This record gives sequence, C-alpha cells and structure tokens, in this order.
Amino acid sequence: MSTLERDPREGEVRVLDENGDVVGDAPDLSAEELLAMYRQMKLARRFDTRAVSLQRQGRMGTFPPMSGQEGAQVASAMALADDDWVVPSYREHAVSLVRGVSLERTLLYWMGDERGSRMADGVNVFPVAVPIASQIPHATGMAWANKLRNDDGTPDAVVCYFGDGATSEGDFHEGLNFAGVFDTPNVFFCNNNQWAISVPRSKQTASATLAQKADAYGFEGVQVDGMDPLAVYKVTEEALAKARDPDKGELRPTLIEAVQYRFGAHTTADDPSVYREDAEVEEWKAKDPIPRLERYLRGRDLLDDDRVADIEESVETEVADAIEAAESTTRPDPSSMFEHVYEEMTPELRAQAERFADLRERYGDEAFLDD
Amino acid sequence: MSTRQTEPTQNLTLVQSVRDALATEMEADDDVLVTGEDVGKNGGVFRATEGLFDEFGGDRVVDTPLAESGIIGTAVGMAAMGLKPVAEVQFSGFVYPGFDQIVSHMARMRARSRGRFTLPMVLRAPYGGGIRAPEHHSESKEAFYAHEAGLKVVIPSTPYDAKGLLISAIRDPDPVIFLEPKLIYRAFRGEVPEGDYEVPIGEAAVRREGSDVSVFAYGAMTRPAMEAADRLADDGVDAEVVDLRTVSPLDREAIVESFEKTGRAVVVHEAPKTGGLAGEITAIVQEEALLYQEAPVQRVTGFDVPYPLYAMEDYYMPNAARVAAGIEEAVEF
Ligand SMILES: Cc1ncc(C[n+]2csc(CCOP(=O)(O)OP(=O)(O)O)c2C)c(N)n1
Ligand SMILES: [Mg+2]
Repeated sequence: MSTLERDPREGEVRVLDENGDVVGDAPDLSAEELLAMYRQMKLARRFDTRAVSLQRQGRMGTFPPMSGQEGAQVASAMALADDDWVVPSYREHAVSLVRGVSLERTLLYWMGDERGSRMADGVNVFPVAVPIASQIPHATGMAWANKLRNDDGTPDAVVCYFGDGATSEGDFHEGLNFAGVFDTPNVFFCNNNQWAISVPRSKQTASATLAQKADAYGFEGVQVDGMDPLAVYKVTEEALAKARDPDKGELRPTLIEAVQYRFGAHTTADDPSVYREDAEVEEWKAKDPIPRLERYLRGRDLLDDDRVADIEESVETEVADAIEAAESTTRPDPSSMFEHVYEEMTPELRAQAERFADLRERYGDEAFLDD
Repeated sequence: MSTRQTEPTQNLTLVQSVRDALATEMEADDDVLVTGEDVGKNGGVFRATEGLFDEFGGDRVVDTPLAESGIIGTAVGMAAMGLKPVAEVQFSGFVYPGFDQIVSHMARMRARSRGRFTLPMVLRAPYGGGIRAPEHHSESKEAFYAHEAGLKVVIPSTPYDAKGLLISAIRDPDPVIFLEPKLIYRAFRGEVPEGDYEVPIGEAAVRREGSDVSVFAYGAMTRPAMEAADRLADDGVDAEVVDLRTVSPLDREAIVESFEKTGRAVVVHEAPKTGGLAGEITAIVQEEALLYQEAPVQRVTGFDVPYPLYAMEDYYMPNAARVAAGIEEAVEF
C-alpha cells in the first residue's frame, strides 16, 4: 500500500469508543479526577457557546471557538505537572482554563484589552500566539532552558499547542528539528481539527499522518483519537514522563497528533458552509467528547441525572460570573499603550506620550472616538 | 483620471474592485494565477477572490498549504519561469515567515541575475487598523517594503484606483507589493469601468485642491484627511489633499508641486512615526522646495508602540480630529 492509500488513522490510540465503552487501557485516574475532567469540559463548552453569542451581540470582537476540541484540550492539560509550561495558539481556551488562566482573563483578551495577555504570576502559560506556528520554536527554547538549568536530570516539560495547518510552516520544522537535536523536554501537541480555515487536512500535506512527521526529527510521533479524553490523557502523560526522564537511548520530545474536529466556524468572522458539508460536521458530532465521557462516567456510577444537572448549573454560574467580571472591568486607560514598550521609555516615546496627553486634554476623548 | 462617459461601469466596493481586477487580468492573460491561503473555494477571508475558483479552476486559483515562505518563494520561482503569480497573504501581519523571500529574492532577483530573471509578480495583502480585529491583524508596515530596493509598493484608496492599480501591478515587469486598506474594503462604493484600464504606478492624485496647506495621505487615511480639510474649510483654511497611491516610488513631482503652492505640509499615516514614510516625504520637500517652506512639516501618524488591541485602537489611529489639529499647527505657525 502506498502511504497515501493507508488508512491514516489505523494506528491511533483509543480508550473509549464513540459510545463511551472501553476499548483500550484506561489511564489511572481517580473518580475525583474523572469528574473534574468532565466538569472542565462542560465548562469549556458553555464558555465557548456564550463567547460566540457575546460576539454576535457586539459585546466582544472576533472569537475563535473550540467546541468539539474540549476532550483534547482538557485531558492533555490535566496530564501536566504543576511546574510544566504551556505554550498555546489562540484556540486553547480550555487548556488555559485548566492551567489556571481565568475565563475572565481570556474574555478580556478577546475583548481587545491587553491585560488579557498578562497571565497571573505563577501561571505557567505563555501569551496566546496568533501568527501560526510562531510559538513552536519558543516552546523548544523554553524546554531547552529548563534542561540547561536543571540539576537532577528531570527538567520540567513544555507542551506546545498548534493546529494541523501549523505543520506546514517553517517554524514547525525548525522548532521540532531543534528539539530533536538538543533533546529538549517537549511535547508538541497538534490539535488536528481537520481544517485550517477552509483548507482541509488532505490539502495541507501529502503525508498520510501528521504524527509521522516526527520520524524525520528522530523522535516519537503518536496519533491519538483527540475526541477521546482518556486516550489523550494517556498519551500526554506518557509523553510527559518521557520528556522528563527518558529511557536510555530514547529522545525526550514527542509529537502528538490529536485527531479531532472543529464543530463551529474557524472564528466568528468565518462561514464554514462555504467550504464544508453539514454531513461531515454531523458525522464528527457523533464522536463528541463530552457525551462520550459522560456515558463512561454514568456507566461507572460516577454520574447520574442529578449530578449532571448540578454541574450544568454551577458551570452556567461560573461562566456568567466571568462575563460579568470582564464586562464590568473599566476599559484600559489609553495612555497605557505607551507602557511596557521598553523598560524605560525612550525620549521620542515620552514626547509622543506627552503629545497624546496634550491632545486628549485639548480636544477631549470624544475627538478620538469619532472617525 | 476620470472614466470616459461611454464606458459601461459598475458600482463596486474597493474589495469587489480588487476581485474585478483579478478576474479581468486572468481572463485576458493565461499566465496570471492566484495563490494563497483560503483564496480558492472560500474566496478569500475578505472575499477578494470570490467566484474566481469556480470561474478559472483550481490550477489558477490555488489554495496553498499554510506557509508564507512557501507562497512567496514559489511565486518567485513561477515568475522567474514567466508566469504572473498574484500571491495573497491573508493579512499583512502574517507576511513575516515569507520576509526572507521578499527581501533576499523577490526584491533583487533582477539585480542579482543582472536582468536575466525578472519577477512579474504581485504580493497582495490587506493591511491597516480600525476594524476591531485580533492581535497582529491591524499593523501598517509599508515602510519595510518601501525601504527595499527593487520593490514597488502600491496602496489604493478608491475602488476605481484599486482596479486600475492592480491591473498595472500585474502587468508590471517588476515585483509589486499591493497593500489593501481593509478598513475601507467595504466602506463606500465607486464607479468602476467594466473593462480593463491602468492607473499608473508612481502617480499621486490631488483629491482636493487648496492653497494654504498640503495634506499628504494614502490608503484608509485619505478619508480622515479629506474630512479634516472639509471641516477646516469652514474656518477659512484651504487645504489641499494629495493621495499618494504609491509609496514606492513616491511621486516626488506631485509632492513638490503641491508644497511649492502651499509652503506647509501635514503627512498622515497609520504606521508608527519613526522610520515611517512621513519622514521620507518631509525630506523630499526639504531637498527640493526648502525656500518655499513656511512651517515645520507636521506628522500625524500612529505612535511608536505595538499596535494596541482594539480597546485602544481608536486612540492609536489618526482620525479627522488629529489631522485637523496637525493642519492647524501647520497653518498657525
Ligand atoms: C503566519 C500566519 N499566517 C496566516 C494566518 C491566518 N490564519 C489564522 S488561523 C489560520 C488557520 C490555522 O489552521 P490550523 O493551524 O489548523 O489551526 P486551527 O485554526 O484549525 O486551530 C490562518 C491561515 C496566521 N494567523 N498566521
Ligand atoms: Mg486546524
């Protein structure tokens, strides 16, 4: 069989099938952890839905939704240790949430407020990267630094998230190649949601899988069912263990290709009906990670109707509170745009800031707001 | 340039006229092809290539992998072989993975090969702020390209010019960077001839005649410049507004001619002040019309800060009020 004819998903790791029945080795997670995973996925879904409607109502700018991708995001993020780092793209709202970035902060960013890019101290999450794949070399550098700084041979890991489209950029190649050469403690987590805006995965590369690209860098590539949170947890946990403490002769980095689907538009500015069929969307919706995990948990008596209703209610409140907090945040002081450009303002910048203050005083803020 | 009365016209937005220029040239010349991210079936994220995929097929309207160095580098190769690629980069803020191809090859293949290989290619990208877009979607970096010998840099501000300038760019034997002010992609319509016509690259247009002060602008800034001029007319200030249309090569003659008439100038751009085109225009009037100068040249520009997220962008972007303040300073000096 030629590479192109091979079923690209034949080697994929799975734990749950589409009905939530166990078909592989489940990871070692407590009842509490499993319920937390479920709740975070429900929270992410509700957040996503509300965020899209905020945009529709003119209360927020363009937003990239992630519905369908909660399983891959929540489960992979839960596999990290406290000191590990996350380097996200722009769609990792649920990863960030799990790693301690508040929903309010995520909303602020998409509401056009720079303070949404300032992660709280102690939260090991890098700012969102919008230019595709540009964050991948950063993640390699961060992991490299962890390795150089580490004394006991088990450096903290750095997980980098990006999409299927990102694998076509030069930065993907350079970041992964450095990782192989310098044997850095990285997990490269590709959220293959089948589409890069309107370009399908099949047009992005002639490779049968994205995971196989790791072969060229000399380290392991794994394909996992990205809508199966337990399988995602398992492969991420294994990759992290290897990143910190590889076996003899084994390289630390792993490329994980989490095969999944974006249920919604690329962003609120996109109309997917122009380029993809509803039937395809429906087919993937049958693999929705949330009901899948829910059926598994119900089957083990960890969830019932009452508990699901409780979770739904608390999630609703949590999202509403975050929206309320973000919307009641005073808009940033316009003069703050001159801050943080340098440690110390240059004379030219200071002059511009003064000129700006002078114009505001003379003409009032209304003068800036009309067009 | 005005349209001949006899020619049939259509009432188009700027982005529709970009599309119309592409269709017109693809129809006329089989060597013209369009490449880029989401330009095919999707018709471009701003619909600048809408319908072209159905009309001309996937070999001439090509959805590429997500890779700007690939898009620009392959366009260089295709152009060297005699095709006329019009490559789209989805937003000017995403050109940078392909920057090496632009400065190391696109700009200088003619010079490097001593004229053996020439690159009749166009690189189109929407640019500029004001549409509440996410991070990296709003910058104005025309000065990067203007700084690069071997490139021409064109920025239309009307539907009529967009079509005529893009046709000129496609036909130009040298590589052209064609920056489209997305703030005014759909802000207004204009009469655009159905057939083909050229608006020459390197020629500015006087949008409003005046004798007291020259306002030099381009792209989306032409509108606030006009508005400021209109407002100040009530106060007895007679401002001339010159739309540069090409920022490299600049129309030195038009700049000097206007300045010799007024002796005062305001230059407007969204791009940051330091290293921006306003400095270049100021130098031109110094070099060629010093004795006409009656006031310091005013620069009304973006600030030297990373383009802010949209909560603050209205304070960053020059608008009519800021242009008017600049004009007042120039005339009151
Ligand atoms: C360097 C660069 N080029 C183009 C874009 C415009 N763009 C934003 S998202 C996107 C598609 C990304 O697809 P993928 O990597 O699969 O991630 P997904 O959005 O599907 O999560 C494109 C082309 C960009 N942000 N950065
Ligand atoms: Mg994708």
